[in-house]
Amino acid sequence: MSDQPVGQPSGAPQLSGALAETAETTGGIVGRPSTPRPYGGYFDHVADALGAAYPELSAAVERTVVDRGELTFHVRRERLLELARQLRDAEELRFELLSSLSGVHYPMDAGRELHVDYELTSMTHNRRIRLEVSAPDTDPHVPSVVSVWPTADFQEREVWDLFGVVFDGHPALTRIMMPDDWPGHPQRKDYPLGGIPVEYKGASVPPPEERRRYA
Amino acid sequence: MSTMTDASAADPYGDENLSNDRIYTVSGSDWDEIASDVADHHFERVVVNMGPQHPSTHGVLRLILELEGETVTQARVVMGYLHTGIEKSCEYRSYTQAVTFLTRADYLSPFFTETAYCMAVEKLLGITEQVPERAQVIRVLMMELNRISSHLVWLATGGMEVGALSAMLYGFREREQILDIFEMITGLRMNHEYVRPGGVIQDLPPGAVEKIREFLQIMPKKIDEYHALLTGQPIWLKRLQGVGYLNLTGAVALGASGPIMRSAGYPWDLRKAQPYLGYETYEFDVPTHPDGDCFARYLVRLDEMRESLKIVEQCLDRLRPGPVMVEDKKIAWPAQLALGGDGMGNSLEHIRHIMATSMEALIHHFKLVTEGFHVPPGQVYVPVESPRGELGVHLVSDGGTKPYRVHLREPSFINLQAVAATCEGGLVADVIASVASLDPVMGGCDR
Repeated sequence: MSDQPVGQPSGAPQLSGALAETAETTGGIVGRPSTPRPYGGYFDHVADALGAAYPELSAAVERTVVDRGELTFHVRRERLLELARQLRDAEELRFELLSSLSGVHYPMDAGRELHVDYELTSMTHNRRIRLEVSAPDTDPHVPSVVSVWPTADFQEREVWDLFGVVFDGHPALTRIMMPDDWPGHPQRKDYPLGGIPVEYKGASVPPPEERRRYA
Repeated sequence: MSTMTDASAADPYGDENLSNDRIYTVSGSDWDEIASDVADHHFERVVVNMGPQHPSTHGVLRLILELEGETVTQARVVMGYLHTGIEKSCEYRSYTQAVTFLTRADYLSPFFTETAYCMAVEKLLGITEQVPERAQVIRVLMMELNRISSHLVWLATGGMEVGALSAMLYGFREREQILDIFEMITGLRMNHEYVRPGGVIQDLPPGAVEKIREFLQIMPKKIDEYHALLTGQPIWLKRLQGVGYLNLTGAVALGASGPIMRSAGYPWDLRKAQPYLGYETYEFDVPTHPDGDCFARYLVRLDEMRESLKIVEQCLDRLRPGPVMVEDKKIAWPAQLALGGDGMGNSLEHIRHIMATSMEALIHHFKLVTEGFHVPPGQVYVPVESPRGELGVHLVSDGGTKPYRVHLREPSFINLQAVAATCEGGLVADVIASVASLDPVMGGCDR
């Protein structure tokens, strides 16, 4: 780790080569439009119950996307905590288990590069939904949900460690996978894999991140 | 033993504020000296660093325990010693190659990671329905055998850690038989890379079904043996009963799923609650126990082995001849494997076909191996019930031939959050039993 470049802590990333190529062709994963009603299955019921429990739903949820049988609420980060409490406590919702919390870095999604996904499970009603919040690289702050789901503790630390998302209100936001003094956040797209070329029978095989990407 | 009073001078990680504290560096069996020294100085609070190299912390887990006498007042977990960037590495490999990395995450239950990931790829591709039935049955078969072998390692190591050395010998002995089955079917004892997007890489070899049937004859008697050896044994009961208690509220809040949640009395099992791979058509029970302690987890795991045996038997009965990979040649791996004189490899017939007779077949083979297949953009979350709880794969595709993001919701990682809840207030010796009962695998935890 001597002269290796590391993921930059702030500022818009400069994309180059294969990554820029990817960015141009990825219209499909970010900024999907809302799915029109009906969503199908229990999704309509969840959306209605959430609207009843949280009257300002339209201000909190930017888009509601149903894709491949999964429901995603794209939530404004400043409303996340209020919404999370309702999702956990309202009789008709009862999403008492936060199954998974993970970060995704979308450098091409300008102004909302960092996404955090919350996979919620209601064991009472046997349902699953997903919340997704985003934050810009320049202001990577998302409210912590540890006060609602304590299981978010390690998972938020992991997303901080690997993506650099700051979870405001987390009781002890420290690195969990990398050493405490590690510079940068390794799973961001602008953080290099750090591969080295391999020589095989006289030919040189480039490191994985320099091989061709087929977008 | 060496003693240090001026911490900051000798300890590179020392904090100047600790210079009044006494630091002991121990590397051997000189605990008596420390105990007497601590007693002489009337220290009320001792901080013990356990691990990452410690035989009873399950791999490279590190625990920091704050003690008052023999009582643990605070327990903290430090992890990351086995972080190898599996999730990041997957982003630079094709969808098929990523299996090579993911099988190495949780090395005791690789079939679950492989299957969950491949199911996520299939869901993104929209080919879940096209995966042949035989492939699905084989996946269930391998996963349930794997559940038994994983629980056996838990019994072996957990038993050894609380002093039941014969449990270790028994557990590893039976696990060896399962590994033999795995080796026969996949070619390897671990890191199988057997489950692939679209199905499994090859069919069961001749003799495999008979070998599994043989195992099904033996294993129930072995489980009876474990019960006879341990279940009523006074030392075993004293070490486990009432230790490491975690009730249902705690388990849900901390996200501790699997046997931990079921040992707190709630029959939450994804195979029943949200069935996949046709689990709804198999007959089995979900064992639970009301006590929520280490002994309850032990009983739940032993019962789960019996249920897994039932499922394996049903799998063997419903194996019908047929393909084990999707028909779509744009996705199915083109290699036709066969056993040659020098081991497993591409069949000579297939090589002759692509090299000598069909230019199109050669191009197709080359494209699929180097470039891989395109996956339509989108994201999915696919959970399966692993031996440790909910194992979820959050997979994002940008439309290319490499995963944009692979995230493993690793039950080992999540369940370790229960260490503080199960250990604090108990004795130091009970920390060992409590952590063992959570059954963390650090390869999966750190990824």
